[in-house]
Amino acid sequence: MITPSQTVGPFFKFALPYDKGPHVGEGGTVRLSGTVYDGAGEPVPDALIEVNHPGGYGRCETDESGNFHFVTARPDAGHLSVIVNARGLLRHLVTRVYFPGARDELLESLGERAATLVAAGDGDDLRWDIRLQGDRETVFFRV
Amino acid sequence: MDELDELGVHPPLDWPDYRSTRLRHPKRPLVQPRLGAADLASPYLGHERVGELDHDLTRQHAGEPLGERIIVTGRVTDADGRPVRNQLVEVWQANAAGRYVQKEDQHPAPLDPNFTGVGRCLTDDDGAYRFITIKPGAYPWRNHENAWRPAHIHFSVFGTAFVQRLVTQMYFPGDPLFEHDPIFNSIRDPKARDLLVSRFDLDTTVPEWALGYRFDIVLGRTPMEDS
Ligand SMILES: [Fe+2]
Repeated sequence: MITPSQTVGPFFKFALPYDKGPHVGEGGTVRLSGTVYDGAGEPVPDALIEVNHPGGYGRCETDESGNFHFVTARPDAGHLSVIVNARGLLRHLVTRVYFPGARDELLESLGERAATLVAAGDGDDLRWDIRLQGDRETVFFRV
Repeated sequence: MDELDELGVHPPLDWPDYRSTRLRHPKRPLVQPRLGAADLASPYLGHERVGELDHDLTRQHAGEPLGERIIVTGRVTDADGRPVRNQLVEVWQANAAGRYVQKEDQHPAPLDPNFTGVGRCLTDDDGAYRFITIKPGAYPWRNHENAWRPAHIHFSVFGTAFVQRLVTQMYFPGDPLFEHDPIFNSIRDPKARDLLVSRFDLDTTVPEWALGYRFDIVLGRTPMEDS
């Protein structure tokens, strides 16, 4: 039997963030920023966002306004794998952020909801919000 | 055990007894993706970040922290028993009085100038990790009337694939607060819940110095790329 998950809790910011955390690999020039929202549309100030791809890993906690950011290169596959931990999440959520113009089978299969996984903007300044609940709830994965 | 049964061990995201889940659990069905390279790549966290004393939470300040000195050790494996080697294990905890150093923690218990409560280490070739720390105190948390968390150490663990990520909490045997804690009881299967309770171990205990506890961690299967 595998070890069950428990929440990251409210107090992890003194432990898990580190200086270079938001830098995904070396030499990235794209700034990907966003906000985490709860079901009432309020920002989530105690979430930990982690992103990964074969080119590197990044970690950023949300600030008091729910904002996070990463500095990354454009991934070959067009997307980063994303894990969200927060107070109130008994297990982390898994999702993806696609760069503008990226396409794949998964996005095609999601119809309208695909938009929740695609970053907005162009060039080196992208925005992508995470909505835990609500009309525009982000697509999360069963993994 | 198939993949779905494996995930069924985890707590549900919607768990009303833990109030903070209310506005934070997704309500749409989760989507089953075909895993790709980004999901599978092994996260490299900059192992140069692990300092020589990072595994010893009792030696990170001028003096020794107050509390009961303990050793916490175990192995990280995947569901097939393969050791997870050379991967980062992070822990964080309250001090012996049940207070976190983070400024948002307003529990009126004393801070300990000799204790931060943060540890890191890498697993060895056998998947083993080892920390030296002090036993954390229980603390109140306002989830409901007279709510107290059982003593616990938070763990953050990585597997060889990103999607094997696990964040959890380790508890201590026989804690009287178990039956009152909605976070612990969010794991519905009592056998699964027991996996989070460390085991006192005389062989790990060092005479005249520190009690030893064992806590093994089993991550999900190491996935293969679907495509
Ligand atoms: Fe805690």
